[in-house]
Amino acid sequence: MSALLDIAVAALLLLGAAFVLIGSWGLVRLPTTMERLHGPTKATTLGLGALLLASVLFFQSRGIWSAHELLISLFLFITAPISANMIAKVHLHRRRTGAKVEPDGIAGEPPRPSEDGDWATFEAPQQDTQASTANS
Amino acid sequence: MMKRILPHPALSAMLLVVWLLMANGITAGGVVLGALFGVLLPKFTEPFWPDRPRIRFGRALLIYLVTVLFDIVVANFHVAGLILFRRNDGLRSRWLVIPIALTTPEAITVLAGTISLTPGTVSADVSADGRFLLVHALDVPDPAAEIARIKARYEAPLLRIFR
Repeated sequence: MSALLDIAVAALLLLGAAFVLIGSWGLVRLPTTMERLHGPTKATTLGLGALLLASVLFFQSRGIWSAHELLISLFLFITAPISANMIAKVHLHRRRTGAKVEPDGIAGEPPRPSEDGDWATFEAPQQDTQASTANS
Repeated sequence: MMKRILPHPALSAMLLVVWLLMANGITAGGVVLGALFGVLLPKFTEPFWPDRPRIRFGRALLIYLVTVLFDIVVANFHVAGLILFRRNDGLRSRWLVIPIALTTPEAITVLAGTISLTPGTVSADVSADGRFLLVHALDVPDPAAEIARIKARYEAPLLRIFR
């Protein structure tokens, strides 16, 4: 039983490490900011997930009940989209102000939501839209 | 009466669970302290969420969580494959403008977070009128189909969960 658990732990560690490595490799080799964002925010979620699962199994096999890993993945899932979102917004601003120093990505210029509207990072949320917190 | 002591029961329950996880064990002291936080923190933060949406905790939420977790795993392999084996000039990166039917800020945040967590798509921004999401996709052959997929797979359940 213990050997089986050890094998599972080793497999999960290898899988996790591989995904973290691939995510970092994506950061290096993808062409521009927006594409690069996909590497570390994504491939890394599963990578870290596998590493944390390996940690749970490892301590489980030694009879120690450990749940810190669950908490780590919870915080990771909450924070990862936010940091990606912040980087994307900074990228939008750098484009608009002309401060960008890199050529356009494959996707080209980001479109506008509608003829007269704009994205929330450029414009204060409009009054009287349901999603706006400016209402109350 | 119940509503005055526990204005936000879900938040209270979550605080208790997170506290116990942080303590890494269930002890009488931990439960008491966690329960205390569960009662006090929602009380003190009540002014910060004036008209929060009601969330249905039920099958729909559970199915949604399982779907998202499953998609994260599957799509991770997909993105890893793209990073390893696709040449840069073969990537079909695109900006997607997704019209959203969700209306509450909380629901839109959950949708944007889900889109960012499932690999291959990052949500970049929401429009100022709250009706569109700007999403960057790493490799999408057909933007219209991808938008329809996101709307059907993530937005439709969220519409049922947040009312």
